[in-house]
Amino acid sequence: MTRLNSPDALERFRQNLLSGRDPDKPCISICVGAGCIASGAGDVVAAFREEIQKQKLTAAVDTKGTGCPGFCERGPVVVIYPEEICYLQVTPADVPEIVSLTIRQKKVVERLVYTDPVSGEKAVHESDIPFYRHQKRNILCNNIRIDSKSIDDYLAIGGYSALSKALCRMSDTQVLAEVKKANLRGRGGGGFPAGKKWEGSRNAPETPKYVIVNADEGDPGAFMDRALLEGNPHAVLEGLIIGGYAVGANEGYVYVRQEYPLAVENIILAIRQAEEYGLLGKNILGSGFDFIVKVHKGAGAFVCGESTALMTALEGRAGEPRPKYIRSNIKGLWNKPTVLNNVETWANVPLIINKGADWFTQIGTNGSKGTKIFSLVGKINNTGLVEVPMGITLRDIIYKIGGGIPGGKKFKAVQTGGPSGGCIPEAQLDLAVDFDALAKAGSMMGSGGMIVMDEETCMVDVARYFINFLTDESCGKCLPCREGLRQMHKILTNITQGKGKEGDIETLEQLSEAAVEASLCALGKSAPNPFLSTLRYFRHEYDAHIKEKRCPALYCKDLIAFYIDPAKCRACMTCLKKCPVQAIDGGKKKIHIINQDKCTKCGTCIEVCPSRFSAVRKISGEPMPAPIPEEQRLLLKASEEQ
Amino acid sequence: MSEIRLQIDGKEVVAREGMTVLEAARSAGIAIPTLCDHEKLEPFGGCRICVVEVDAGSRSQIVVSCVYPVENNLIVRTKSEKLSRIRKILIELLLSHAPDSPLLQELAKEYGADRNRFDKEASFCVHCGLCVRYCAEIKKKNAVGFIDRGVRKEISFIPEIAAQECNRCKECFPLCPTSYLQAAFVLTEALAFTPASSEAAAVKQA
Repeated sequence: MTRLNSPDALERFRQNLLSGRDPDKPCISICVGAGCIASGAGDVVAAFREEIQKQKLTAAVDTKGTGCPGFCERGPVVVIYPEEICYLQVTPADVPEIVSLTIRQKKVVERLVYTDPVSGEKAVHESDIPFYRHQKRNILCNNIRIDSKSIDDYLAIGGYSALSKALCRMSDTQVLAEVKKANLRGRGGGGFPAGKKWEGSRNAPETPKYVIVNADEGDPGAFMDRALLEGNPHAVLEGLIIGGYAVGANEGYVYVRQEYPLAVENIILAIRQAEEYGLLGKNILGSGFDFIVKVHKGAGAFVCGESTALMTALEGRAGEPRPKYIRSNIKGLWNKPTVLNNVETWANVPLIINKGADWFTQIGTNGSKGTKIFSLVGKINNTGLVEVPMGITLRDIIYKIGGGIPGGKKFKAVQTGGPSGGCIPEAQLDLAVDFDALAKAGSMMGSGGMIVMDEETCMVDVARYFINFLTDESCGKCLPCREGLRQMHKILTNITQGKGKEGDIETLEQLSEAAVEASLCALGKSAPNPFLSTLRYFRHEYDAHIKEKRCPALYCKDLIAFYIDPAKCRACMTCLKKCPVQAIDGGKKKIHIINQDKCTKCGTCIEVCPSRFSAVRKISGEPMPAPIPEEQRLLLKASEEQ
Repeated sequence: MSEIRLQIDGKEVVAREGMTVLEAARSAGIAIPTLCDHEKLEPFGGCRICVVEVDAGSRSQIVVSCVYPVENNLIVRTKSEKLSRIRKILIELLLSHAPDSPLLQELAKEYGADRNRFDKEASFCVHCGLCVRYCAEIKKKNAVGFIDRGVRKEISFIPEIAAQECNRCKECFPLCPTSYLQAAFVLTEALAFTPASSEAAAVKQA
């Protein structure tokens, strides 16, 4: 067993590792993150191993399963080193060709590389793909370079050198000063300066002190912390140990939701490996600093992402928040000084220590430094994880990186900050993304969820959806959140069902005020945001629902009807046959009519109507046109018409 | 304990360190409405009806007085248009569960709350937690607790403990603002007390 007792021993070990590795030896990196696994990456890995054996290349080629590089839309992603050839949507059937051509003959399999959907241009290397080219991947870049289960891989790319530097060449106060100077703000939601938080704990008289990784990521559609913890658990661990040193804590926790089994597995493994190497435990690297880490699996309550609820849960009680008038960095876990930061915040720490605060602050805006990882999802061409410098515009994220809206649809809004964030309209797309600008626009950074919505999204329904989520996730302790959200959800549901009435908006506003001002924790205080931000930018949609019983996005089922335009219908029988409830009347050469009493508004007819006819459309807020007289329903052939 | 000087509704108040704003106000004869507060129990901060406005430094914010600690030079306002508006809607939310609770009716009268503002909900617990906390903190029995989460959260007697303890205690009954507690107890007694446990309790009582 290797035990690294000093910084020198660590460096010698690293050099040893590197000298045993040939940088020119081909290596096939296959993403085995959650997204790619779902697209079949497991079979691809197996196919590569089998094919390499078959072609007797086992000694000449390495294969590794890595963490998520972000381009989930085109998974499984395979990158072949040293050339960095990037293949997308690889299936086991492609594997023999890749091995024969790319590995043996150094030729590119053209059909598997990225092709620009507009220009048709091919991009062979990862860094040439527009999705990656406009990103700044300080943290995520390592995911594809290492086997997430191998500490040696992490050490080979310079892992734990920041820990060595912090423990053996810097005092704890110097480490703290560096993080403060970097102005690293919490990536988990509030954007509170991490250095300031650490300093508060450090200066608090009570001991012991604790440091915690908040990996209770629970926003619908968000998976950045998951990808980091699954793909590069040692980076998070290294940051945590450095934080413990700066704060004066000898004990750390990783609070990770048990719905992330791979993240749980990888962080537990990482801790065990670090202990074996002497990077955790007593007298780390001979510095005299002791530190241990325990993993706590959360049962999957959204509210446990809130700091005080998380700590209550960690103490073994029901995860309910407690009053925060004394900050948890002073009185936190077991009433002791506790620093809680999220996964991404901790992962930034080794970079800051290694490269310095001056390097870190070069990137970003005045108030927000560094990069931020977003999970870009919804109505967007390139779904995935993106890491961008603070200050990039929403437009660049959505169009340059995200590749715009699919199907030629129009952009309507982007929802940022998780369920209690807000929706930002097209007029603000040039907003430079940072903590303060998003808050000013009525949304927030949150942990980095970014859900893109197109013109077919009903904003009232979006508000209803998120308020429903938050109602479900409310812990129920305090009244404005538990009962207020319940009533808000009822009213919003009524509005989307055409049962909205005069005064509803005012009631919603009053309930919002009570929740924002009087709730116990951040969940309740921010819960009305989905309503408040959609009202701010899309009030006309609320008015249309309430006053005209019309859904402008043609989404709310109770407010729309499907109608076949008799002038366009060619009586082809397609919709008539496909309608699951036989609501369409008509026949061969007899123009089809939808029986509104039978119609369940499933939308099948609109989907199947041939695009050259496009005879079916949705109508809302207007009376159904009168059916055409029976005698005019018979379609004559063109020759008969003349 | 050192003395803390603060101002509540324009009145100079002297409090002890560690007191809450609610305690300081009461000691000075200033009334703040409460629902989940009880002098014998730890502050809970659930009903949020005791909200007040405080100016600390340059910031003005709304806090709940039952858990907010006093500090020197704090300026507290217990009445304002905004506070009344918040208290009113909070009471209205509770009235949808327990429209006939005497305590809620009294509060409703003071703040002009409409008992029909929201649709009635069939459950009449207001989640003040008085019974749960009294049993845990004072009696140390934990015969009644909260189960489930959020809008599904409710109080529930634990039959094994309740069968042994409750019949001779029932000290929590008068604390309940809505009488739901009694109903929950009778329901548990009828459905979940086994003859053996009830007999044992009866023997103990005799």
